Amino acid sequence: MTGGLTPVRQIFSGIAALFSFELLINALVIGLLLGGFYAALSIGLSISFGLLDIVNIAHPAFIILGAFVCFIFNSLYGFDPILIGLCFAPVFFFLGTLIYRVYYGSFEKTGAEALRGLAFFFGVMFIIEVILIMYFGVDFQMVQAEYIDYKPSLGFVDLPFRMFVPFVIAMIMTLGLQYFSSHTFFGRAMQAVAQDSLALRLMAIDPARIKRIAFGISLATCSIAGALVVIVIPIEPSVGRLYIGQVFAIVVLGGLGSQSGTLIAAMLLGLTESLITTFFGPSWSPAVAFGALILVLAFKPTGILGRQGDTRG
Amino acid sequence: MKVSKLRYLSLAVAMVALASFTIFSAPASAKAPIKIGFSMALTGGLAGGGKQALVAMEMWAEDVNKKGGLLGRPVKLVYYDDQTNPKNVPGIYAKLLDVDKVDFVVSGYGTNLIAPALPVVIQRDLVFIGLFGMNNNKKWKYDKYFQILPSGPDPAVDFSRAWFDTVMQLKPTPKSIAFVAADAEFAKNLKEGAVANAKRLGLKITYNKNFKPGTPDFTPIIRAVNATKPDVIYVACYPPGAAGMTRAVSEVGTKVRAFGGGMVGLQFAGIMKGLGPKLNGVLNYDFYVPEPNMAAYPGVMDLLARYQKIAPARKVDPLGYYLAPWAYAYVQILGDAVNAVGKIDHAAIAKYIHATEFNTVVGKVKFGKNGEWAKGRTLTVQWQNIKKKNDLQQFTKPGIRKIMAPAAFATGKVQPFNALR
Repeated sequence: MTGGLTPVRQIFSGIAALFSFELLINALVIGLLLGGFYAALSIGLSISFGLLDIVNIAHPAFIILGAFVCFIFNSLYGFDPILIGLCFAPVFFFLGTLIYRVYYGSFEKTGAEALRGLAFFFGVMFIIEVILIMYFGVDFQMVQAEYIDYKPSLGFVDLPFRMFVPFVIAMIMTLGLQYFSSHTFFGRAMQAVAQDSLALRLMAIDPARIKRIAFGISLATCSIAGALVVIVIPIEPSVGRLYIGQVFAIVVLGGLGSQSGTLIAAMLLGLTESLITTFFGPSWSPAVAFGALILVLAFKPTGILGRQGDTRG
Repeated sequence: MKVSKLRYLSLAVAMVALASFTIFSAPASAKAPIKIGFSMALTGGLAGGGKQALVAMEMWAEDVNKKGGLLGRPVKLVYYDDQTNPKNVPGIYAKLLDVDKVDFVVSGYGTNLIAPALPVVIQRDLVFIGLFGMNNNKKWKYDKYFQILPSGPDPAVDFSRAWFDTVMQLKPTPKSIAFVAADAEFAKNLKEGAVANAKRLGLKITYNKNFKPGTPDFTPIIRAVNATKPDVIYVACYPPGAAGMTRAVSEVGTKVRAFGGGMVGLQFAGIMKGLGPKLNGVLNYDFYVPEPNMAAYPGVMDLLARYQKIAPARKVDPLGYYLAPWAYAYVQILGDAVNAVGKIDHAAIAKYIHATEFNTVVGKVKFGKNGEWAKGRTLTVQWQNIKKKNDLQQFTKPGIRKIMAPAAFATGKVQPFNALR
């Protein structure tokens, strides 16, 4: 029996040896910054997948497309990646409305959006990757900006701007979207589409138009999220695939269609990963983070802030 | 019946996993060519290396065909994109052998993609030369396997031997070490060998953990490592991890006297350019660097000059130092052996490769019994004197990646990590 406990004892004695207040605070700060980064990746999907029922598996590929747009303007003209991301957000919005038109006309209108729509977005993902490979090659690329190397310390707490700037932008984007969806007519219409599109029709509002614009907003976030990605990690055309599982998990964990829930779920994932990496070892972090997801869904199947009675998950 | 969203999601994940591989085939050139088949990472995480390798292999095929081909027949390369996904590899090799009827197969790029090809090749009893495999033949002990990574007869241990010997030259001599590795076969094999070297030298191991691919931020790992107060840090990982760890150590700082070891990717142009001065002080492995002593490799300067002219149009690594010479060399060895034996006889060709010391663009190559290099020649280099950000040209000049080991190639003396920051 004692032998069976030895590895557990080893882990906890390791934590005891490693534990310090300084390490804990830094892990919490980095966890929050990481959570902000995850929120930026997921927030657009919480609209398309959570509100509109569109399984946009190409969402991370659109983010990487946004990242490459930032890379090209940064490497050629030295423009700030976040500025480029913001400038291209309307272009991505327009692209989103076009894609939704195709998706609606080909699949949703005929009720064939389930599997064929999924295949459509899978194809879109593949096309984006191939285009990126053709234009940029397959090498890893990084951007330059003065603040990326800035790393102030507040006492013993480090605040690397490579993570802090994306965190701030992610917060503004997420909270802005949350405000938009709960305080504006169009935002409430987006929520209404998810709940009862027939009622929306009875009020003489075209659900397809609402969905088209909402999907455009979802893709516009990819442009900004792309700027944050290329600041945080080196990019290559297929790197988005690494984040497919994480972004869908965050949206489901947060509660389908809830931007606040998505933010909370992203923060939880970031904090869990950071704390586990610091005190238990990085290889444990995905197991613990996704274990937490399963636990939450077991006790609250609608996710953290999902609506009661929402059985879509 | 309404299908749930999660079911769609599962299906979507399955579709990504089952993405069909894309065929690429070199143009047919002449009658009855000798066909050499292989899978190559042309997309996915290792595509940066895979595409670079492919360009070099095509240059070799072109050179050979200009000289009359192999056995008087032109050479044709037949290859498929394995998407850096080991699951695609067995199917590709089965197709190459059963449908394309290739005469020879060589490996794709990297340990993880050589491993799934080996059982297929062993079953057919074919000569198989690997491109940068780490200890792939340990389990199989296959007598027709060879590989071009210049590790040494005990690859996992020999790969990092020079790094450890270099580190032990620091004063005061390091007494403890931390290990961090990516959760991937190559990195774990490398770390296993490095741990053996650490034990050989009596170094106390303060930290030994792996991280998952796709980790976006490595600062918690560096902090946790720093908390264990090691004298040196050995890292074994792939390009995203290498860039992430180097950035993290730059952001968090460390008191260790050596940092690096087995980081794949720091040699790639995009990452070198992006990291710039953050690389100063990193002590890492390498195979070819533009230092004066490396000009001794016959033909390598000419090869790289030709490669660098093609590279921009092919959208591959513009410098090609890391893989191009070695990708050229592994098919060069196969070609030389086929011509020397004078027929397509895999047993005779394998016997010839075992018995011969080859003159290649990466110098003399002699294989040991297990198909690994009889004597290792992995370089240990230290990044020094990098002053400019976002400037690739500085990396083409001597004095930036100084060679610390082996002694025959040395162009500098190791310095403590922070002395160069």
